[in-house]
Amino acid sequence: MKLKVERGTLLKALAHVQSVAEKRNTIPILANVVLSARDAGAEGELVLTATDMEIAVLERIKADIARPGATTVPAAMLHEIVRKLPDGATVELSQAGTDAPLALRAGRFATSMNVLGVEDFPSMSTGTLPHRFVIQGAVLRALVDRTRFAISTEETRYYLNGIYLHVAAADAKSLGQGPMLRAVATDGHRLARVETELPEGAAEMPGVIIPRKTVLELRKLLDEIEDGVTVSLSETRIQFDVGDITLTSKLIDGTFPEYERVIPRDNASILRVGKRDFADAVSRVAAISQERSRPVKLALSKNLLVLSASSPDQGTASEELDEGRAQYDATPLEIGFQARYLNDITDQIDKDVEFAFSDGNAPTLVRDAGNPSALYVLMPMRV
Amino acid sequence: MRCPRCGRSRLVAHPELDRLAVAHVDCDAFYCSVEKRDRPELADRPVIVGGGSRGVVSSACYIARMRGVRSAMPMFTALAACPDAVVIRPDFASYARVARSLRAMMEALTPLVQPLSIDEAVLDLSGTEALHRAPPAVMLARLAARVEAEERITVSIGLSSNRLLAKLAAGIDKPRGFAVLGSEAPHWLAARGVRTLPGIGPAQERALVARGFTTLGQLQALGPREAQSRLGPDGPALVLRARGIDTRRIDPARETKSVSAETTFDRDLRTLPALEAELWRLCERLGARLRDKDLAAGGVVLKLKTAAFRSRTRTQRLHAPTRLPDTLFATARKLLAREIDGTEFRLIGIGAAPIRPGAEADRADLSDPALPRRVATQQAIDALRLRFGAAAVGRGRGLGDTGTGGARTGDVKTEPR
Repeated sequence: MKLKVERGTLLKALAHVQSVAEKRNTIPILANVVLSARDAGAEGELVLTATDMEIAVLERIKADIARPGATTVPAAMLHEIVRKLPDGATVELSQAGTDAPLALRAGRFATSMNVLGVEDFPSMSTGTLPHRFVIQGAVLRALVDRTRFAISTEETRYYLNGIYLHVAAADAKSLGQGPMLRAVATDGHRLARVETELPEGAAEMPGVIIPRKTVLELRKLLDEIEDGVTVSLSETRIQFDVGDITLTSKLIDGTFPEYERVIPRDNASILRVGKRDFADAVSRVAAISQERSRPVKLALSKNLLVLSASSPDQGTASEELDEGRAQYDATPLEIGFQARYLNDITDQIDKDVEFAFSDGNAPTLVRDAGNPSALYVLMPMRV
Repeated sequence: MRCPRCGRSRLVAHPELDRLAVAHVDCDAFYCSVEKRDRPELADRPVIVGGGSRGVVSSACYIARMRGVRSAMPMFTALAACPDAVVIRPDFASYARVARSLRAMMEALTPLVQPLSIDEAVLDLSGTEALHRAPPAVMLARLAARVEAEERITVSIGLSSNRLLAKLAAGIDKPRGFAVLGSEAPHWLAARGVRTLPGIGPAQERALVARGFTTLGQLQALGPREAQSRLGPDGPALVLRARGIDTRRIDPARETKSVSAETTFDRDLRTLPALEAELWRLCERLGARLRDKDLAAGGVVLKLKTAAFRSRTRTQRLHAPTRLPDTLFATARKLLAREIDGTEFRLIGIGAAPIRPGAEADRADLSDPALPRRVATQQAIDALRLRFGAAAVGRGRGLGDTGTGGARTGDVKTEPR
């Protein structure tokens, strides 16, 4: 193998693959990235692959291929070396024979890295992926961003450790007609449900739970993409084609709870408040207590919202949002929430937040007043 | 020297006696003392309170202790050491009555009484001198006398400046002791072995000895950084305790640390179905116990004891506090399933730890839509049992053969901390 590649191009690809490569080092070769130089007609390409056997990522980048070939080197180390090369450098990779070390040269820098043979690198089988649809990058990004904060990290309830992506009948309040593509995540304390128009080809797809790590890797790739993302899936695997990158992942084998039953339908006490005003007030008031278990209290009366927090050791804080900033015209109410949970939700809201309360102990519904596609449910804390 | 007022020789002297206000009160061989009180003919016999031929020693009187009987010792070992011992099945209701009476006497001295177990409590008497017109030491001496007069059992009292030292002091001249640890405490601790500190068991002792620490004095010499590097993340806290420093408050509200239920089988069990059946019954009892005390389980502790008397303890935090038997069971069952490896077990127990307030139990969980229905079902079962008795209604899981034969050897017990 012998090739030349631009440092910036290689660095970006390595950043993507090295975070997938296994770090715990249970199987040493899984810490490696496969470098495969192909002579693809006029344009040569370098294909980088890494996997932890749960997720696999494959990325194609342009390269000047002098001699095709393939080998594997530690992903984190190669990433570190390339990162430290000067911007704009040309990286030359060459390997004399299959088991020979991989030589890397850039300017007057040279290194020689020990390799593990590509034939020992395990491949994650995908099987066939019968369902396939294309979704706009920005739409997929919104589905991920508005749900991922609610993913549970509690391992005993593994079926909550991901985003449940499935087809559902449109909610009465939502924009669309007919079935929608829906993403849902919950950790038991909060639940996020976002929907979008059903892409062509998705109608028959099974409901799948995409693992948290896959969601986070996918989200990184979506930063740079404005085009469509091709999603292919079966009951057990999902694949995202994002530009020149293919991310394949196993799915969580479990049953997501029947979340519709916990979404309150009759919460009639409505509060409307500006997102900026509200989020800033929550952050300021919550600063008095570093303890996560201490709630921010919301005391509501006609067109008045008083936020307060207290800590037996630190003191107390409160802030009022009065007429003009908070609209409320129902029975006075007191309710408490964990500040971070409130902020996680308001972070996803553009301008105005709409809360629908039942009472101080019941689940509360939160929406973006200007965008019905997303809905959040929040469990109150005792105040 | 004799007391100028009463002429007796039982005197306590210490230069800081009037300045110390934290006391640890510990009943002497509590269960046995209550039994002996109620059955005077046993006064000069070795008495062991514990469960059945396969049970363990819950409490041994001082006569039995002289023969080598210890708490938590298997009964057959205890009887080998002391064949003429009188073994009595525990009567927890009777002990609880005495404990309540003792607690009332302590609460007459200060509201800051934190029971640590049925027969132990720690009291903070700071600031009570004006009220009682006597320093804490005097009030504690009167407490000990009152307990002996009214309940006819004896207590040992430790008086010091914090909880740790008070507990250590209470052990100094047990039984019927009254010991004081003042500013000499670090010096007193320095010469003692590491096992002196409560919470250091044989395993941690071995680990400390392997690192070259046999006395608390050696630990006292460590700086915080050195403690961290040589003893790990808990090192600095251990060094503070070795110096007799303890900042824990006395909190009467947080009395119960764990609620548990356990049972010893008449014959050893090793299969999952057999152990599961026992576990389910214990989960039901634990749930009922938590409900009665208006508490909830923040986590589950599974305890197993093998036929070879090795204990296995496994814990799992719960996503949210519960007292539903099926939630307790589902969590404990997973822990149990991992322990099934052909080993024969003689005992299974389940506990709730940490303990949470009852108001937090089984609140709506967004990821568990069936929860409200399960809560309602349990409430219906509880209501039927209240009216028609415990056997009136139950889940199918609770039926079938039991490893404990007909006779229950298990006891639901509450361990206040």
